[in-house]
Formats: sequence, C-alpha cells, structure tokens
Amino acid sequence: MAWTRDEMASLAAQDLSDGFYVNLGIGIPTLVANYIPADVDVTLQSENGILGLGPFPLDNEVDADLINAGKQTITELDRTSYTSSADSFGMIRGGHIDLSILGAMEVSETGDLANWMVPGKMVKGPGGAMDLVAGVRRITVLMDHVDKAGVAKFRKACTLPFTGRNVVDKIITNFAIFERPDRESPFQLKKIAPGMDAEGIRKMTEAHYTE
Amino acid sequence: MQKICDSAEEALAGKTFDGMMVASGGFGLCGIPETLIEALVASGTKNITAISNNAGVDDFGLGRLLRTRQISKMISSYVGENKEFERQYLAKELEIEFCPQGTLAERMRAGGAGIPGFYTKTGVGTLIAEGKETKTFNGEEYLLETGLVADLAIVKAWKGDPYGNLVYRKSARNFNPMAAACGKFTVAEVEEIVGPGELEPDHIHTPGIFVQRLVLATRNEKRIEQRTVRTGAV
Repeated sequence: MAWTRDEMASLAAQDLSDGFYVNLGIGIPTLVANYIPADVDVTLQSENGILGLGPFPLDNEVDADLINAGKQTITELDRTSYTSSADSFGMIRGGHIDLSILGAMEVSETGDLANWMVPGKMVKGPGGAMDLVAGVRRITVLMDHVDKAGVAKFRKACTLPFTGRNVVDKIITNFAIFERPDRESPFQLKKIAPGMDAEGIRKMTEAHYTE
Repeated sequence: MQKICDSAEEALAGKTFDGMMVASGGFGLCGIPETLIEALVASGTKNITAISNNAGVDDFGLGRLLRTRQISKMISSYVGENKEFERQYLAKELEIEFCPQGTLAERMRAGGAGIPGFYTKTGVGTLIAEGKETKTFNGEEYLLETGLVADLAIVKAWKGDPYGNLVYRKSARNFNPMAAACGKFTVAEVEEIVGPGELEPDHIHTPGIFVQRLVLATRNEKRIEQRTVRTGAV
C-alpha cells in the first residue's frame, strides 16, 4: 500500500523542529501544515511577504489583502509580520529559513531538482522555487515515486530543465523515503511504505542510492 | 508641490509613451493598481514592456492590457492563470523574460537604489543563468543579475497622504514598495487619502520621495483567485 498524500505530509511534518521557520510549497506540501506536532512551535513563511501564516479563514473572515503564495485566502496570527517581496526573499536567499518542502517533477541522484518547466509545453515560470532551493538551508521534496506513465521520478539525471543543482536533502515519495546527511553523500533508502519491499523500490527507481 | 490628482487619467497625463517600460506592484491579483491599469488601457499606450511578478487573469489586472495588445514584453516570475497570455505567447506575439521571483524583487529594489547589478546564487546551473556572467565567492558560484529601472511605476497602497507617503495593508504590500522605488516616475493609487501628519512617521512603508503623483483609487474590486475557507467547527 502506497502512502496517501496526507500520510506523505504527515511523514514530512516529523522533521519539523521546535522554533523552525518553514516555507511550504504549493500542492501536497501545503498539507504538512495540518500535521505539525502539538509540542513543536513552527512559524510558516509565505514568499509573498508573510512570516507567521495562520489557517484558512472562516467564510466571514475572508480578506482579499491576505493571501498566501498559492493565492489562497489565509489568516494572520499573533506573531505575524508582513514584509515586501524583497525583504521576504532576503529571508529566503539569506539562509534564514530552516526548511522548505516542495513538489517535484524529477530529482536526480545528486540532488538536482526539476519542477518548473516541460519543454514544448506552456511554461508558467519558476515563481519562487529557484530562490527557495538556492537559499533555504534544507530542502525536502514530496512527489509521486513514478509519473503517470510509470517512469521513475528519482533518476540518475534530470531530463527536464533544472530548478537547482545539488539542492535536495530528502525525498518523500508515496512508496519510500530517501535522505542524505550532506550534499556530498549519496541518498540512502530510509523507510518503505507498508506492503512494499526494498526490491520493489529498486525496480521503480532509476537513481543510485544506498540501502 | 501638488501630488494629488483628481483622476487616474490626470495622474498619468504626459507620462506615457509607446515602447515604455512600466513596473507594476502586486502579487497575483493582490495589491494590484486596478485604477491605474484601467487608465493605462484608456491611454492607448502601445509596445509596453511590463515588469510585474504576474500577468493578471484574462479580464482583470494586467490581463486587461494584454487583451488590448498594449504589452509586447513581460518581465515576470510566473504567468499562469491567463489564457490570452498563453495564446499570444505561443503565437510569438508576446515576449517573456522569466525571472525568479526573489531575483525580480531584488532587481527592482536594486534599480531603485542605484545598484546596476548584484550577484545571487538563485538560478545557477539553470536556464536562467544562460548568457549571464558568474563569479565565485567563498568557493560558491553566483550569477550577475541587473537592476531594473522603469520609465513609469504604478502601485497600489492602502493609505497615502498629500506628500506621497504610503502605507500598504497586509500581503497587498508585496512588490509595491520596490515598484515605487524603481520608477523614474511613480504614480500611486490609494484606497484612502489622509491629511498631513495622519500617518505615523514610524509606520510609513514608502516615503513620499518615491511617489510623484497620487490618486484616490476608484476601482477596489480586489478579486480573489483562490477563495479558500475552513468550516467553523474547531
């Protein structure tokens, strides 16, 4: 049984440490906010200029001037501060954010990330993803293990244009978790989803990793 | 010194020309200068290079200027959610310079602060780095990015006073302070014009030196792209 999106988010949330400042990407990473352990105090950053993201608003609290980077309406907290986009990316580029959790199309065995364009298709742009992977201290990727055609997304090398080179520290797929202690080391298989085994993971993974 | 104008048309009068570069504040549809965009549509200015994080949607925001084919180039980080944009781009009627979001913010900030270029790690080893100079600092490679200066900047603020001092509200601040600073001529639309001294000097986000004209916003639709709510049971 593969992990569900919520289970993947819950696994990612286990890496959150007390006092962390964290940027969550759009999609599955947004779900991580629902699984922050009760005894861990985490401040969420949104790159459009919010430090201290609150939950989605009640219907009567919706404020058009208060959205996250996914353009969703949100709320503020008693710790919230607002900044300009330049100051917000100063936090990111300056290495002040502890962890970013992002989605991906492909990750290579040396930690290259591709998640912003598919040649030949309409390109929407990199948004803040290149800035996040270049500046945030630690990067976790949440993605499906294989694409819709069954092709491995954790690969020897990315086939799609890079978002960043050698930037990924941890990969959580719906089948397995891979992690490396530093950016010179290979990824190691750390955990396997229930009902899967190491041999099955090996068959569905193109990248080299240690077990 | 009279910065307050009676209308958006008056605020842009004599400051638009074909082929100009226009910087606009806003993130998605949040904090965009709705009134001034409409006045720019009415001005008929053509061949605009627009510096803006996003391109609006089909019938709102900068999408209004794309519909009328007044924009020939965009410098943006993300241009999803706009079908007309996509059509013009694929038909090669529109040029796009993609810029990572933080690099775009910093290019505008730098341009406004008189800094012609700066080095950043963002985009190293990617398509964004093609044709750009690199330099190694402490063993790490960085890209040279250039500052941006616009002929005209249009911004949206919450409150403004007769001196052009501006205060933004919540996440509607976003790119507006950098847009204001990077314009050779900056026009601000505000939801409320307050009297001299009514803004707390310690709380001003954009000092009046960056704002040449000010107009009361007549369009404050503030369309929401992704209205997301939770239910009351907590």
